[in-house]
Amino acid sequence: MSFTEFRPETLLAVLPEIALFLLAGLVLGLDLIWRPSRRGALGWVSAIGVGLILIATGLFSRPGAEPQLVLGGMVRHDWTAFAFRTLILFATGVSCLLSIRLAGIGDRGEYFALMLVSAMGMSLMASAADLIMLYLAIETTSIPLYVLAGFLKGDDKSAESGLKYFLFGALTSTVMLYGFSLLYGMTGETQIYRLADALRAAHPAPASLIAVALLVLVGFGFKVAAVPFHFWTPDVYEGAPTPITAFVSTASKAAGFAVLFRVMTLAFPSIEGFWAPALAGIAAATMTLGNLLAIPQKNIKRLLAYSSISHAGYALIGLVALSSLGRGSMLFYLLAYIVTNLAAFAVVILFAHSAGTEQIADYAGLSRRSPGLALALLVAFLSLAGMPPLAGFVAKFYVFAAAVESGLLWLAFLGVLNAIVGLYYYLTVLKVVYLYRSPEEAKPIVVPTAQAVALAACVGAILLVGIASGPWLDWGVLAAQGLF
Amino acid sequence: MTFPFLSVITFTPITAGTLLFFFPAERKDWIRRFALTAASLDLLLSLIVYFSYDRVAAGYQFVEKVSWIPRLGISYYVGVDGISAPLVLLTGIVIFTGVLISWGLDDRPREFFAFLFILASGVFGVFCSLDLFALFFFYELAVFPMFLLISIWGWQVTREYAAMKLTLYLFIGSVVALVGGLAMYFNAGLNSFDLLELERAGFSIAFQRFWFPFVFFGFAVLGGIFPFHNWSPDGHVAAPTAVSMFHAGVLMKLGAFAALRVGIMLLPEGAKFWSPLILILATVNVVYGAFIAMVQTDFKYVIGFSSVSHMGLVMLGFATLNRDGLTGAGLQMFSHGVMTALFFAVVGMVYDRAHTRDIPKLGGFAKAMPLVAFAFIIGGLVSMGMPGFSGFIAEFPIFMGLWQKQPIVALVAVISIVITAAYIMRVIGRVFFGVMPAEFEGHIGDVILQDKVALVMLSGILVLVGVYPAIMAPMVQTGANAVLRLLGGG
Repeated sequence: MSFTEFRPETLLAVLPEIALFLLAGLVLGLDLIWRPSRRGALGWVSAIGVGLILIATGLFSRPGAEPQLVLGGMVRHDWTAFAFRTLILFATGVSCLLSIRLAGIGDRGEYFALMLVSAMGMSLMASAADLIMLYLAIETTSIPLYVLAGFLKGDDKSAESGLKYFLFGALTSTVMLYGFSLLYGMTGETQIYRLADALRAAHPAPASLIAVALLVLVGFGFKVAAVPFHFWTPDVYEGAPTPITAFVSTASKAAGFAVLFRVMTLAFPSIEGFWAPALAGIAAATMTLGNLLAIPQKNIKRLLAYSSISHAGYALIGLVALSSLGRGSMLFYLLAYIVTNLAAFAVVILFAHSAGTEQIADYAGLSRRSPGLALALLVAFLSLAGMPPLAGFVAKFYVFAAAVESGLLWLAFLGVLNAIVGLYYYLTVLKVVYLYRSPEEAKPIVVPTAQAVALAACVGAILLVGIASGPWLDWGVLAAQGLF
Repeated sequence: MTFPFLSVITFTPITAGTLLFFFPAERKDWIRRFALTAASLDLLLSLIVYFSYDRVAAGYQFVEKVSWIPRLGISYYVGVDGISAPLVLLTGIVIFTGVLISWGLDDRPREFFAFLFILASGVFGVFCSLDLFALFFFYELAVFPMFLLISIWGWQVTREYAAMKLTLYLFIGSVVALVGGLAMYFNAGLNSFDLLELERAGFSIAFQRFWFPFVFFGFAVLGGIFPFHNWSPDGHVAAPTAVSMFHAGVLMKLGAFAALRVGIMLLPEGAKFWSPLILILATVNVVYGAFIAMVQTDFKYVIGFSSVSHMGLVMLGFATLNRDGLTGAGLQMFSHGVMTALFFAVVGMVYDRAHTRDIPKLGGFAKAMPLVAFAFIIGGLVSMGMPGFSGFIAEFPIFMGLWQKQPIVALVAVISIVITAAYIMRVIGRVFFGVMPAEFEGHIGDVILQDKVALVMLSGILVLVGVYPAIMAPMVQTGANAVLRLLGGG
């Protein structure tokens, strides 16, 4: 592993971050000079901008055959980072589209700018190769998110959401930072790729290393909303503006998985025998608790909050399988989960936009009120439940396959039992949508262009990834190998 | 490149179902005609496949193979053998008659036919799959449309409960079997989900004995095996007519078929080890199911439990692990599928007119709808295993096989024939003959043309197979021979 000297081309390794930063500046500038009536277009500027960045990243910021540590070892330009960035950028673009024309957020330049800055942080999380860079990236991600969660100032729940998110985030991040400082104290090293060697040379007592790993896990567990660091999730998801909920549950979770994956795999191979079973236990608890607590929910955002907790558990199965298939299946799972969850939130946003409610009971009659929207919700929820031919089915199949391959039969069985619980509550919602009648049935649901585009893209992706999953699995496996 | 019959059969329904969503909801006539066209195409193609299957060559025919997920050795791989070809035909028959029977359905027919067709694609896919992943893929595809079909169009009183119960039972069974399937894949180490390669994988005896129950019973849940049969009568009763037909007629075969294909054929040593347990459980199915059917007063529950009883015979046939039993089980799957579709069609027609299924409140319907009564009687004779009808052709070999394997079980199971005769006669006598209650007099009209076509077709097939068994029995026997080869015999 060698550091590449600075050449202008190395900046291409951070092209998405630079572009996101410039885009955020552009949005803020336009916000200043545009008349209020035109500011509704800021969302389009952001979304199209992110789309262009995604394309530019694919064209100009592809890592070479050999992964490179650039910018003084702060950033690693490899396929793992590239894959996570793609996911994050996709989720950011869709979240921007979903925000367009929504009351209180759709015409606010600072809203979109904050989202883009946060996405920049996430993108750095995916590629950070140094603990200091990593910490900065996590904070750059989190602080705008705290603001965004509390963005609806007139809404008590939104304010509560922002504050709760901040308190939880600040606490877990300090614990994690403490872990980082101990790592530095043990080794005198912050570079993740040299940590493992340095730790081997320093050979600290295993117990102390395990303690450090646990401290670090607290921060990462918070980011991916794994049990027992999940308590913030339902309240934050419920109170935050729904596009932000979608953003946090997809892009931010993916970024969390990126750091969890990189740091645990690279820095702690010597105690793999400890953290892998510990994470398997966390995966089991996350799936089970998330699913069981989703059952009694009456609010669709809270239901999706618990469901997103459980999905982090399934994705963790891929990581703890400690195999090539496992790591690839984790990436595939995140891909499937992100497109599916964004579709689900798109429906929630559209329904709330017209009907003004997020209660599951109010979804009665949706299949008569708007058959297309009901069908989109059906596709999204069945994909979350793991039904073919949708993305969620193959995603679950791959992680369970990885578990069986690695001999984690108990985890595979627990996973499939959880899938049944999941199916139960997703079907309960679909029952309301398709079966129950409502006096509101005659009132139409307005579907603005932006959200329609986002929803169509996600539903198309759910079907594409579900039916032609071979190339995507290859993508996941190859990308995950780029880590080493 | 030959014409891809099986792919066209499998994907016609789901394509038609997707296209249906683009129809304007209020043009119900277009929707029905389009659905019937798609179903006719499927029936026609499945007839072609059935009659052009080469019985002398046997083995898997109409094979198509395309790589699907190369990293895990998964292909889209389809083909039919002597056991699955009749089941493909059965599905074609039931989807066609099911569309005819649902002609009068007025609440959102677009969604109804769309979901029914997605279900049909899943069923065709399972019967044709020669790849374990594809089999699971299609199997699960059949699960969720069932939930929607029952909970939206089902019988108001129990539909929500029954739909959820059925879906969860089936899903539990299939995911448990899925873990077993994954274990086989990794244990074989062939990097292939190809069923024919996995057959030759040479799993150790301990491995087979450990995993067989997961796989076999996981699938057999859908076959209605005791004590996991509980979802089935509730589900049958709550479902709308066409769905009951599909459900009892085809879906239960799906479970039995997958239990045979994945359980017995991939893990033959496990099958030998566990066959006594299957024998006992299936005997309970047969006898207990018949007794419960006897005491029901709800017309549809009688048929629901009769399905539990008859599917027990299929499982008994499997458990014999000999040629007669397996052949009989294969034939029984077809025969029972057609018969029970006929039964549920009749129940639906009676209920649509009388608005009750309470047997004591019915009577004299033969006068108002003679063809329906006639069709039901034929179904009844099949159900009792009368010679000259398909039921005899199927049940006789099962009992023969059973006698070779375990005479006592054969004796116990034979009791069911008597009980079946009793409850079928009781229903025929009470519902179709006797005096029509005054409240129905003059209000009961005959069935429409579409219903008649469906009834004639279903009862005609039952008689045809009964009087001319050579049309099917030798073909099924070739399939049974293939199973026997894996079991180390014949």
